[in-house]
Amino acid sequence: MIELENIAYSYGGGELLSDISLKLSPGSFHFLTGPSGSGKTTFLKLCYGALTPTAGQVRIFDQDVRTMNRDDHALARRRVGVVHQDCQFLDHLPVADNIALPLMVSGRDDIENVSNLKELMHWVGLGNRASALPPELSGGERQRAALARAVIMSPDVVLADEPTGNVDWEMSQRLLQLLIELNRMGKTIMIATHDLNLIRAAKSKVQTRVLRIANRKLQLAGADL
Amino acid sequence: MSGFGTIIAFVVGDVQRDRVVPPSGITARLTGFAAAAMAFLAVFALALSLASGRLAARWGDELARSSTLRISAPEAQMSEQTAAALRVLETTPGVVSARALTQEEQSRLLAPWFGPDLPLEALPIPQLIEISETKDGYDATGLRLRLQAEVPGAVLDDHTRWRKPLEQAAGRLRVLGIVSVLLIAATTAAMITLAAQAALAANAQVIAVLRLVGARDGYIAQAFVRRFTFRALGGAAVGTVLGLGAVMLLPAASTQGGFLTGLGFQGAGWLWPVLIPPLAGAVAYLATGQAARRVLKELA
Repeated sequence: MIELENIAYSYGGGELLSDISLKLSPGSFHFLTGPSGSGKTTFLKLCYGALTPTAGQVRIFDQDVRTMNRDDHALARRRVGVVHQDCQFLDHLPVADNIALPLMVSGRDDIENVSNLKELMHWVGLGNRASALPPELSGGERQRAALARAVIMSPDVVLADEPTGNVDWEMSQRLLQLLIELNRMGKTIMIATHDLNLIRAAKSKVQTRVLRIANRKLQLAGADL
Repeated sequence: MSGFGTIIAFVVGDVQRDRVVPPSGITARLTGFAAAAMAFLAVFALALSLASGRLAARWGDELARSSTLRISAPEAQMSEQTAAALRVLETTPGVVSARALTQEEQSRLLAPWFGPDLPLEALPIPQLIEISETKDGYDATGLRLRLQAEVPGAVLDDHTRWRKPLEQAAGRLRVLGIVSVLLIAATTAAMITLAAQAALAANAQVIAVLRLVGARDGYIAQAFVRRFTFRALGGAAVGTVLGLGAVMLLPAASTQGGFLTGLGFQGAGWLWPVLIPPLAGAVAYLATGQAARRVLKELA
């Protein structure tokens, strides 16, 4: 799916990440932890090609990111669902249209997918907010909408940056359950989070690997969680 | 056929695709207004160049093939000299026909200057002879020499003296009109490019979101291009209609009004302004497309 080979990334002067290698295989479930500012978001951006590493190689679906043109990136992003920490939407369109946006831009907004949309909105607890505009949503609602948007295309990989940051425990359990269901369907999941309780809850339900970024390196965290 | 299909698909479009770009009130109205104003001006520039083109053609063509012989002679010798001059002209190669103007024709020519009641018979008016030439014309110098010998009172006017500068002026006017049309097209392109660029910059977040969910550049660009093309098309259509209305209000071409009243469209010339809106649309399509591709490449 996604392979990183000895990659490094530096912003301006300092190196943020160095010598990182990782292979995300189909059906794997990863958590990514680390102190804030350690480079979790940058790491996720490297994984879906929003950033190009300053050294090393990133391969997305067997394509080297350096050789991909803008259309290749667009097509790759239809297979990678991304949830950002600060979710952005088209503020002039209602939530339902925003969640359906990936279908719209790829020309797959047919009846079958639209009925899935209702189910999905209900699942993330936005069933009665379909016609609200994104600026009217709370932080938690925005995150749920972003997650729904990320998974509506049934992508091969879901990358989520603190997807449960603004939601209560019950909702975070539901979102986690959704991601676990997707994982059982063979999707590759990577969640960057601070929330150790979430990781523990997930470990009881699905086989996960926990990665930790510390001192610019990526380490496999022990079973101590 | 596939090109036509592409155009149809572009016009019919995709309603949802248009919705991904937020409605932008003021840019929309300004683009429409600019297109309308430019189309209005283009109608006049077209009218000017078409009218001056006609004028240049008329002066160049009709007048070039005619000249006038003026005979000033004492009353007693007038008819004799006229007959002699006609004889000379009839034997001159390059002259198709020569005809002495009648008394009535001459007084009609003078009426605008002296009024209709002038007793022409009492005045020593020179006799005019109208000469029609072949396409290649005659040798003016040779004819003058012969006339000098046989008809001492004759003065040959081959019209070149006043025709040339007029013809030149009309030609220049036409070039000016064409340059104006081109400038208007270029200005329209520049204004629409600026508007499109502003709209794209203002919608950086929209573009970022669309890129994140896997929209291709072509999809995003098309949403903007469609919007600006239709604004320009609509604005130009309104401007063209207003411009044509204004041209129709101009006085019709007439001999009394001289060449100024000829400003307007005649016959097939009316078809030219119909081209203005589609051309404005095409200009907007190209300008926005280029602006979009450039801006999208700069954005991540």
